[in-house]
Amino acid sequence: MSLLQSTERREFLRSAFAIVGTLIVTPSHSSDWDQIAYNKTRIVDSIKSVGIDDFSNIVDGSDLIELNTPEIAENGAIVPITIQSQIPQTERIFVFSEKNPQPLVSDYVFSTKVTPYVASRIKMAETSYVHVLVLAEGKFYRTAKEVKVTIGGCGEE
Amino acid sequence: MEKTVRFRARLSDGIANIKLMIFHEMETGYRKDKNSGEIIPQHFIHTVHVDKNNERVLEVHWSRSVSKNPYLNFMVPGAQTGDTITVTWFDNKGFSGDGSVELK
Amino acid sequence: MIFPLHSKRSFLLILLVMFSSACVATPENDRKQYLDIFAQNIPGVPVSEYVHGSMMLSQDAREQFNSIMDFPPFQDSLDRGKTIWHRTFSNGKKLEDCFKNRGENIAGNYPYYDETTERVITFEMAINQCLEINGEMPFNYTDVDTMGALTAYARGLSDGMLMNIQITSPGAREKYEKGKEFYFKRIGQYNLACASCHLTHGGYYFRDELLSPTIGQAVHYPVFRGGERLYTLQMRYQRCMEAVGATPLESGSETLNNLEFFHSYLSNNLPLNSAVYRR
Repeated sequence: MSLLQSTERREFLRSAFAIVGTLIVTPSHSSDWDQIAYNKTRIVDSIKSVGIDDFSNIVDGSDLIELNTPEIAENGAIVPITIQSQIPQTERIFVFSEKNPQPLVSDYVFSTKVTPYVASRIKMAETSYVHVLVLAEGKFYRTAKEVKVTIGGCGEE
Repeated sequence: MEKTVRFRARLSDGIANIKLMIFHEMETGYRKDKNSGEIIPQHFIHTVHVDKNNERVLEVHWSRSVSKNPYLNFMVPGAQTGDTITVTWFDNKGFSGDGSVELK
Repeated sequence: MIFPLHSKRSFLLILLVMFSSACVATPENDRKQYLDIFAQNIPGVPVSEYVHGSMMLSQDAREQFNSIMDFPPFQDSLDRGKTIWHRTFSNGKKLEDCFKNRGENIAGNYPYYDETTERVITFEMAINQCLEINGEMPFNYTDVDTMGALTAYARGLSDGMLMNIQITSPGAREKYEKGKEFYFKRIGQYNLACASCHLTHGGYYFRDELLSPTIGQAVHYPVFRGGERLYTLQMRYQRCMEAVGATPLESGSETLNNLEFFHSYLSNNLPLNSAVYRR
């Protein structure tokens, strides 16, 4: 089934209050790939789409979330980032790159069998903030770091 | 069958430090073909299932904002020799692949 | 094009080097004089660090490099190269049969001057010679999927070996001097020479780029820019030529081979480290 058909179907079924197995995507806490969230183009909409109605409910997590990013990304196509959440009962980590065409970059659903830690490499379109949201026991925590992105090296195509 | 997942797994003090790479273009859909000038369609992994001994321990959602040949590093406490970590990936064109590593 | 004023001193030093009749210009004296220039441009930076090029002065850049090199995204390219290297020819032979030590710890000897043919032979040429002698099709020097991937793997068999370019005959010396001449030649719309950026201003910043010093460059090719785009050393020369608005010479041409000969000599005694990430 194509992703487009999935979206239409989900919209219909949600409005009909019907449940059809794993194809339903509710705005938050579903563990499926959320096509709606991943296609939002503004950072505010991206953040809302992962289940946040009220931004004032987001807790400052800068002391509880270790976010490691470069200061100046050598190449915006491959920016190594590392996230370690110290927040107990971390269920989910969302990663955003504010100025990407679609700011939601990735999300991770953690069971209790893995440490709430992840390292990956992301694409950043331009200098901007990398935002990390951690969902734990129904609360969202946030930290962010600015990463400067330069154009590729000398003589690069 | 072509191996699409490569692992580097280290088990020490009961914690498995798993590093993996999935060989995938992760095409954004914003690049143009140099010759034809046409947009190269997006082609990226959207979901990765990580299982330990057939039990789901981590679910990963990616997008075209994840770098080509995506790398992933995660930790599994309480891991033992003989445990198997299996990774299955799914992309937006309906392709999938998997790989596994036995901890030593 | 504006360069910092304090480069005048280095520039004058180079003029002195080039035109002084009191100074005996041998390849080894050249290399030592260029080391002096960099010691002035980037005081306190050990020569062993020059191999890290534009990452030399930035811990932030080095951390990204280390992180990426811990598990390089171009592993698939290296795998492809390994397959090509170990392939058996129709006549039963393999590439490793053409090289001393089965191709291990030899890449630092290339390029070398061949007295018989009176030509500089690069590692890539030696690979193609091997293929042709054994009735196989040679590779295109700029094809990243064949020659590129192959050398990314095969040069890696010499990682750690010190660059060891030998200039022991008048013929070799002549090629070295030809390479040096091109290195100092201003070309292109910007009218710049390799020396303009990488000797006079090696270690200086140009916009947000640290210009890598020429000593330490030749040891770490091919590179994977952005972790994915493979460039052999001569492909990199071509990109540099384009960057100054010049038409690039052909990879495998005599001029670029002589340049590589000169350029590699300057990195003598530095360890090879093939297939690395660059921005």
